[in-house]
Amino acid sequence: MTFAIDLENLRFRYGGGPWVLDIPELTLDRGERAFLFGPSGSGKTTLLGVLAGVLEADKGRVGVLGRDLATLSAAARDAFRAEHIGYVFQMFNLIPYLSVIDNITLPARMNPERRARVDGAGVKQTALRLAASLEIDDLLRKPVTELSVGQQQRVAACRALIGSPELVIADEPTSSLDFDRREAFLRLLFLQCERAGSTLVFVSHDRTLEGMFTRSISLPEINEAALR
Amino acid sequence: MIVLDLALKSLRNRAFSTSLTVGSIALSVALLIGVENVRTGMRESFSNTISQTDLIVGVKGGTIQLLLYSVFGMGAPTENISWEAHREWAEHPAVAWTIPYSLGDSHRGFRVVGTNEDFFRHYRYRGGQEIALAEGRANEDLFDVTLGADVAAELNYGLGDEVAVTHGLGEVGFVNHDHMPFTVSGVLARTFTPVDRAIYVTLEGMEAIHWEDGAPPASDDEHDHEHPVDIAIEDVEVTQVTSFFVGTTNRRDVLQLQRQINDHEDEPMMAVIPGVALNEMWQGIGYAETGLRLVTIFVVLVGLLGMLVSLYTSLNERRREMAILRAVGAGPNRIVALLVMESACLAAAGAIAGLVLVYGLLAAGQPIVEAQTGLFIPIRPPGLVEWLFLGAVVAAGFLMGFVPALKAYRTALHDGLAVRV
Repeated sequence: MTFAIDLENLRFRYGGGPWVLDIPELTLDRGERAFLFGPSGSGKTTLLGVLAGVLEADKGRVGVLGRDLATLSAAARDAFRAEHIGYVFQMFNLIPYLSVIDNITLPARMNPERRARVDGAGVKQTALRLAASLEIDDLLRKPVTELSVGQQQRVAACRALIGSPELVIADEPTSSLDFDRREAFLRLLFLQCERAGSTLVFVSHDRTLEGMFTRSISLPEINEAALR
Repeated sequence: MIVLDLALKSLRNRAFSTSLTVGSIALSVALLIGVENVRTGMRESFSNTISQTDLIVGVKGGTIQLLLYSVFGMGAPTENISWEAHREWAEHPAVAWTIPYSLGDSHRGFRVVGTNEDFFRHYRYRGGQEIALAEGRANEDLFDVTLGADVAAELNYGLGDEVAVTHGLGEVGFVNHDHMPFTVSGVLARTFTPVDRAIYVTLEGMEAIHWEDGAPPASDDEHDHEHPVDIAIEDVEVTQVTSFFVGTTNRRDVLQLQRQINDHEDEPMMAVIPGVALNEMWQGIGYAETGLRLVTIFVVLVGLLGMLVSLYTSLNERRREMAILRAVGAGPNRIVALLVMESACLAAAGAIAGLVLVYGLLAAGQPIVEAQTGLFIPIRPPGLVEWLFLGAVVAAGFLMGFVPALKAYRTALHDGLAVRV
């Protein structure tokens, strides 16, 4: 069984600027719920971009689910992301001109492999089931622009989870929620990740949530670029 | 297909700017197609003025000039040909019929045309339609006139009204023969051709207009006329005509007959084939048409540029959307495809709306234009040229889509998943 994530001597910088990431080593087992924290500017979002294959590492190994993204072309990384990774943003997760259900099913429509991974019930049924499990099935007819932030984040979680991707990356998805909703959201997210067998990488600077995760990673500690 | 679906939903979401863009493209396309339609309509209208006439014969000169003065009532003939020459050709075995015309005079801005009963018998327009009388009878007597429909309507003339004919063309002639007592005997039915704007008299009547002092020059006449009214039509001798139309017994003889007339040495005459002369005329005004077409093409380009501006300026507020699409696995190529698709859809919608608009306007405007100008604009289904234009508009929209698309491509690569809004 390979790691969900294994990084080795990863280095990344924007253009010719200073190194933003310099991570000698990081491994994460499959099925873990990892809490990745660090102050603003410590390279959290950049690391997620590299893990998702949107940003190309300058040096080192970027092992994700046993594949080294550093050896893949940009198009292959896009396809890899579409097939294996669910992504939740901090906010403004939804495409305004699509309905709630279209937002949820987007990854499955974008990528045939991801569609094939949806269990037998079909894409729409799966989306409805996910929506029910995240308690937003009563919102499906609403325009996405009328949803509250918490509701939007749940729709985004559904979208990240559809087709049971092996890796779910969440970039501070709870930072705009109040504390009660934060916990409720996390519990639902954990439950669904467990059901799908997905590894979760959760980024936050809010360490009050740390206790709910199986693994805690401090980015400033592993990222040597941030030390300088 | 997902990209097309996204493009359509995205456009629908921005309904206001989408409809403005589609509207401006539609207007420009309507102009392009409309001009094309009116242009071909005009040509058709011109070509429809004369039908089933194989040759037009007149004095040697410019072919277009002959066509213009004898068919369209434009310009002045330079010289006449003798009546004998006309008769000679009229009796040629290859000739089935002729319509002689004597031109060069006017009445209050309308042309006075001298011709005979052959005009009513043989003249055909728009696919073989005959000249018909709306009221009264055809001019038979020396001082009878038959009015074209426009003449009767614009001058408010009716049966029995007296008409004074001016010698020479133009509003006021050299000699005003007020004492020439022409009387309206009939009014022609509307044809939507220059026939509507002419006044028809007999060939003999035309001769009478040219008499000096209002009396026939033949002094050896046994009668002493005190007043032209007393002259009978039989007493007037037709000496010349300006031109004549020829219908052949067999159309295969047309070219040979034309050559014979052109080569005839007794009197310098020329025969032109109406269709050939018309083509020559279109070639002459081809430059103006090309200019007009260029202008309308530029108008379409301006419409498409408006679309470009609208798409380009929307990109900044769509950066978030691009990041989301990237996150769910869309490569930069898909972002390009999305924007190109949006652009092509806008252009296609504009083209279709423009087509609907122009045919709606043509259908609504046709009777009005017909009533106001006497110009009949036939409504034709879009032909090859129109479809080519529409295809070019969509293709141009497609190509222009690459401008915002490449900008979005760069932005998407640069932003990745990190867009701070």
